[in-house]
Amino acid sequence: MANEPIVDFEAIKNDLTNVPKPIQILNENAEVIDQDAFNSFSDDDLVEFMKKMVWERALHNQTMNFSRQGRMGFYAPTEGEEASEMGTVLAMKDQDYLLPAYRDVPQLIQHGATVTEAYLWSRGHVIGNKFKARSLMPQIIIGAAYNEAAGVAMGIKKNNEEDAIAFTYTGDGGTSQGDSYEGMNFAGAFQVPALFIVQNNGFAISTPRRKQTAAPTLAQKAVAAGIPSVQVDGMDILACYKVAKAARDYMVAGNGPVMIETLTYRYGAHSSAGDDPKRYRTKEETQPWFDKDPLIRLRKILEDKGLWSEEQEDKLVDEYKASFKEAIKEADAVPADKVSDMLKRTFEIPTPEMKKEIDKFEAKESK
Amino acid sequence: MAKKTYIQAITDALDIVLEDDPKTLIFGEDVGKNGGVFRTTQGLQEKYGEDRVFDTPLAESGILGLATGLGLTGWRPIPEIQFMGFSFEAVDQIVGQEARMRFRFDGQKTSPVTIRTPYGGGTHTAEMHADNLESYFTGTPGLRVVMPSNPYDAKGLLISSVENNDPVLFMENLKLYRSMKDDIPDGKYTVPLDKANVVREGNDITIVAYGAEVNEAKKVADKLADKNISVEVIDLRTVSPIDTETIFKSIEKTHKVVIVQEAQKIAGVGAQVASAIAEGAVLSLDAPVGRVAAPNSVYPFAQSEDYWIPGADEIEEKVNEVLNY
Repeated sequence: MANEPIVDFEAIKNDLTNVPKPIQILNENAEVIDQDAFNSFSDDDLVEFMKKMVWERALHNQTMNFSRQGRMGFYAPTEGEEASEMGTVLAMKDQDYLLPAYRDVPQLIQHGATVTEAYLWSRGHVIGNKFKARSLMPQIIIGAAYNEAAGVAMGIKKNNEEDAIAFTYTGDGGTSQGDSYEGMNFAGAFQVPALFIVQNNGFAISTPRRKQTAAPTLAQKAVAAGIPSVQVDGMDILACYKVAKAARDYMVAGNGPVMIETLTYRYGAHSSAGDDPKRYRTKEETQPWFDKDPLIRLRKILEDKGLWSEEQEDKLVDEYKASFKEAIKEADAVPADKVSDMLKRTFEIPTPEMKKEIDKFEAKESK
Repeated sequence: MAKKTYIQAITDALDIVLEDDPKTLIFGEDVGKNGGVFRTTQGLQEKYGEDRVFDTPLAESGILGLATGLGLTGWRPIPEIQFMGFSFEAVDQIVGQEARMRFRFDGQKTSPVTIRTPYGGGTHTAEMHADNLESYFTGTPGLRVVMPSNPYDAKGLLISSVENNDPVLFMENLKLYRSMKDDIPDGKYTVPLDKANVVREGNDITIVAYGAEVNEAKKVADKLADKNISVEVIDLRTVSPIDTETIFKSIEKTHKVVIVQEAQKIAGVGAQVASAIAEGAVLSLDAPVGRVAAPNSVYPFAQSEDYWIPGADEIEEKVNEVLNY
C-alpha cells in the first residue's frame, strides 16, 4: 500500500493529447466543413483570398528565379505557406504593428512594404528597412520578436491605441527558444494585445517538429503562460483568416494576448543558401502535404462557383511577374550603402573618433 | 544642496526624469512596491503610479525585449537588470537588437533605452553579482557604456543617459552605493556623456581610471602629493566610446600613464585605452604604459575579494614603477 503512487503521471501525460481538432473551414478535398463560417465570405472575398495566394506563390517563384540568377541575397522560400501567411496578415489592419521573422516577407509586403524594399532587404541594403509599413524588419534571431512583441503591445496599450495590436510570427523550431516563452509570458502577465502566430511548417531547417518538444501541440505552449491558443489548418486560408480575425477582435475588445498555431508545410528548402531537403525528408513524407495545397483547395471552390479560370490565373501570374521584374530593376538602380553613412547612423551624433573615420571614408568614397 | 549617497543621487535622477518626461518608464524585478533590492527606486511607484513604475516577471531577456518594444512605440524605457551578472540572459536584446536599431533603420526607428544595472566588487555578494562585465558590452557599436565613480556624476550622467536618444548601459557601482556621499544639487543638472573628467590636475604622471577605481587613484594622488609628486587623475565616466582627446592632452603634459581597472586584465577597457595611446600618443610617452587590473582568474568567491581587487597600494606601486622607469 505504501508503494502505491499518490499520483498517476502517465494518465496526466496522456491527458495532454486530448486537444480539440484544428479549426478548418475547407478540408483537403475542397469540401466545406463549416458552412456557417464559409457563408460569412462573399464571392469577392473568396476571389481576393485566391489572388493573394497566387500573388505569394508567383512572388516565391520569381524570387527563386532571381536567386538562381544570383540577383538575390538571403531568401527563405515560402511555397506551401500561402494560406497561413496571407490568411493571418489579411485579418490585420495597417495600424497593427508587425514583428516578422525572415520567412514572413510576404506579410511585410502585404502590410505596406514594397517588393523593391523586400528585395533590397534580401540583398542587404538599409533602404530595405525603410518601409512605411508599421513593422520591424524580418527578425533573424529566433525568439527575439516574441519578447519585443510584448513590449510593442504594451506601448500600443499605453498609447491608448484602441484599434491596434502587435502581431508576430515564428516557426515550430522558434517555440523551443526561451525567448518565445518569455515574450508570451510577459504579454500574458501584462494582458497586452500581442498576437503570437506559430507557423508550424514541420521543420526547423532539417530538424522535424517531433524532435522540438514532447508537447503534443505547439499551441499548448501558450497554456503555461495563461494565454488562449488554438490550432488551425494552415493550408486553409479561410480558416486562417477567420481565426486571426477572431483573435484580433478579441484583443482589441480589451483582452490580453492570443497564440495561433497554423499547421502548414514548407515545400522547399529552408533558405536559398544551399539547404537540400532531400537530405532529411522523403517524397513519401512530403507528398501528402502537396496534396493539401492551399491554392488547389480554394481554386476548386472558385471554379465550381464559376468565379475562376485557368486563363484568369495565368493572366494574373503574368501581371505579378512583370511587377516583380520592375521591382528588381528599381532595386538594381539603388547604389550600394556607403561606409560613411553606416558610421553616421550608428549613433544619433557621431563621436569625435567616428567623425574622423567618417571624414576618412568620405574622402575615399568621393574619388 | 544636500549630502547624498550614490543611491540617493540615482533616485533623485530617476525622480527628475519621471517628472520631466511623461514617456519615461521604470520597470524590472522588484522595482515597484519594494523600491528595488537596493531601494534605488524607493517611493517612485507611489509618486508616479504603477503605469510608470512597475514590476516585471523574472526574466531579463523579457525585460529588455519589453524595453525594445516600448522604445519602438514612442516610450523612453529605463529598465533595471537587478545585478549585472544577470545581463547575460539578455545579451541579444542589448547587443543584437537595441544597439543596432538606429543603424538598421537609418534613424527611422531607435532604441532610447537606458539600462540600469549594479556591478562591482567588495561587498561580498553571491556569485555573478559583482563581476565587472563592461568589456562584454564596450565592443558594441551603437551602445554607450557609462560607469559613474561618484554620487554627483551618477545623478548628472543618468539624466544625460535617459535624455540621450541611443541606448545606454548605465553601470552602478555596488560598493559605492552607500559608502560615498557628495553634495548633490537639488533639481536637474547634467554631466555630459562621452567626456572624461580630470578629477585631479597634475604634471608628473597621469592615472586613467573608471568606476570605483577612480577613488583609489585619488587616494594615491593625495598620498604622493605629500612627496611632491604631482598626479593627474582622469575619470573616463563613459567607457565606450572613450574620450581619447582628454587622455592624449594629459599625456602630452605628463609623459607617463598608468591605466587602472577593477576588471581582470583581459576583461576591461584598459586595453582599449592602451591601444588608443599606442596609436595616437605613444611619442608623448617617456615610459611604457603601466596597467593595474585584477588577476585573470574567474571573479573570486566573496571571501577572497578584498585581496583580489586592485586597490590604492597596487596603483601606488605601479605609479612608482612607471615614474622610476
